[in-house]
Amino acid sequence: MSQRILVIEDDQSIAEIVGILLRGEGYEVSYCADGLQAMSAFTAVLPDLVLLDLMLPGQDGIDVCRAIRKVSGVPIVMLTARSDSQDVVTGLESGADDYIVKPIKNEELLARIRARLRSIEIPKVNEVTIGDLVIDIAGHSVKRGNTSISLTVLEFKLLVTLAERPWQVFSREVLLEEVWEYQHSADTRLVNVHVQRLRAKIELDPENPQVVVTVRGVGYKAGLA
Amino acid sequence: MSTSALFSFSPATTWRKNLQLRLVTITIVVSTTVLSIVGILLVNQVTSGLLETKQQSALAEATAARLEVQRLLDASDAGLVAPNSTRIVDSVITALAIRSGSPGIYDALFLSDPDLVGVPERGTELISQDSIPQALRSAITERDRQAWAYGTLFYESGVTKPGLIVGSPVTIPRVGAYELYLLFPLDKEQNTIDLIRQAVAITGIILLVSLAILAWFVTSRVTEPVREAALIADQIASGDLDQRMQVRGEDDIARLAGSVNEMATSLQRQIVRLETLSQLQQQFVSDVSHELRTPLTTVRMASEMIYDARADFDPDMARSAELLRNQVDRFDVLLSDLLEMSKIDAGASPLIFGALDLTKLTESLLQEADHIAREHSTSFSFSGTANALVFADQRRVSRIIRNLLVNAVEHCEGSAIDVQVATNESCVSISVRDHGQGIAAADIPRVFGRFWRADPARPRTLGGTGLGLSISAEDAALHGGQIDVWGLPGKGAQFVLSLPKTQEGKIIQAAILAGAP
Repeated sequence: MSQRILVIEDDQSIAEIVGILLRGEGYEVSYCADGLQAMSAFTAVLPDLVLLDLMLPGQDGIDVCRAIRKVSGVPIVMLTARSDSQDVVTGLESGADDYIVKPIKNEELLARIRARLRSIEIPKVNEVTIGDLVIDIAGHSVKRGNTSISLTVLEFKLLVTLAERPWQVFSREVLLEEVWEYQHSADTRLVNVHVQRLRAKIELDPENPQVVVTVRGVGYKAGLA
Repeated sequence: MSTSALFSFSPATTWRKNLQLRLVTITIVVSTTVLSIVGILLVNQVTSGLLETKQQSALAEATAARLEVQRLLDASDAGLVAPNSTRIVDSVITALAIRSGSPGIYDALFLSDPDLVGVPERGTELISQDSIPQALRSAITERDRQAWAYGTLFYESGVTKPGLIVGSPVTIPRVGAYELYLLFPLDKEQNTIDLIRQAVAITGIILLVSLAILAWFVTSRVTEPVREAALIADQIASGDLDQRMQVRGEDDIARLAGSVNEMATSLQRQIVRLETLSQLQQQFVSDVSHELRTPLTTVRMASEMIYDARADFDPDMARSAELLRNQVDRFDVLLSDLLEMSKIDAGASPLIFGALDLTKLTESLLQEADHIAREHSTSFSFSGTANALVFADQRRVSRIIRNLLVNAVEHCEGSAIDVQVATNESCVSISVRDHGQGIAAADIPRVFGRFWRADPARPRTLGGTGLGLSISAEDAALHGGQIDVWGLPGKGAQFVLSLPKTQEGKIIQAAILAGAP
């Protein structure tokens, strides 16, 4: 079955050309042109990935992103006109996994979408621990004791990447390569924002993190059990 | 800021910065000097007045007493029998005591010449012989006339008093030379003088304190508003444009306050006007950005799709697809550069600082630029140094380095490009050196000009916009960094980007000198 992508974009010609491109790659594409109807479109389609424009009529992309995050951990890639604006950080903080700057290069768009849709390769061990958390990789679940914690696909991948190699300190660049699958140095704000979001969900005290530990000047590593 | 300096606690600084303290101190010093001089003169005047009167009456009394004593002595010589010297001396002292009255205005000492032995010496009261200064005694015995001196009177009871001592030579017939001393105690005069001194001192101190308070008060009236004006000016300078001084009355101070306020108002008006303009400009830039980018996004994606399908077209159509895609790309870059430039001009370009290893960054950017180099049949050689850490905006620094690399590829004419990263105490430098056409010395200052090209006849093979180096220079400057250029026609060119290691750091000298062999 082909994967479904929901394109939330108010500019019809962009939506159409993106649709042509994605259909050419074998994805099933649905559209929504209005921020207020985005949620109903989302629940109707239940896509595997959302492509979300930040500037929308009705309700802006940030609010749509928050609304989707409340109900789903589905990958969200946002489209923005400027990479250095506060929009990018706000967008990432509201739950987007990645961002693409307009005008978009076709190859880049496809690469980002493929990376976000690729599921985690199931390793030999099916269960790993990080800090006091137990991760069931095949079952896509994280538990502290009997409480299960719900994570987005990207947050899950980030946590598993750290948990699988507890002896390694991951620099932000390495995490961009392994989790986001970027080939070249990209925006390290992606890592900072997502580590913060992840900590807010998994740490007992996010101010004093024990599971995802910062190594000053280097990056992040898994905390001791 | 001068605000903090005003309230600095180092004594030297306080002295230099505090006008009021200085004025008050000067007032105190000057008035202390004047009051001391006046006080000393006054006390001296009174003292000498008092003593002079006393001295005159003492000398007159001494002369009279001597005459009486001498007459008494001369009378004792009338008989045939040699007079009893003890009796004579006693009678003299008794006579003197009667003259002195009770309580006596003076004491008397009747002393014999030191050469006479075994003759009586007498004095009134319990006055001690030590009271007579040796100098006075010798003055009387040697010159044989009346003399006087101030000295201390010692009494047998242990009491001492200041006094005037008048001595006269007297002769007891058939006995020998005697000296008659009258000792006038001056303790009453001393008390009076002490009292006057005390009064003068107390008056002086009261005057001084009131002068100091007055000076403090008067200078306050002047320096307080000046200080307030300085504080307000500081606050205005640091952006709090609504600050104003209080205007009280109509004097010079009030005029100062009025002028400061007027200046602030006019400044505020100007600044608000400029801010509005700048905001309009930024808003416009942002709108243009979005409005142009939206259609360009579609155009670009469509052109790429057509380009990808060019194998199915006839050669002319295929070439058209290629041209379309290339020029859309170029349009895109040009638009980005123009927007970036106008954002920098509007000052709407905040930096996002982070720790950055220039060696690692350059390595990854070289990888990225490798295919462009290969297309132009050139290659990069790289030598880096470990720990080339700076605190900078990664996106901008990447853009500068990318621009320098692309620029070198464009002008190297197939020669190898040397890229090097080095550090020193203050900065990290990255040098990009080609061995191509080079730059004429006269053109070096112009390479950062907008839309400037070295050779207008030469095509831009990489679709450079003519804004790249200009943006790079602005980006470097925003970081407190610099780009040095060296070039010789036919020998190639070298661009050296240097960035300070810390956010507020200063570059003392670039770690790589442009043009060094």
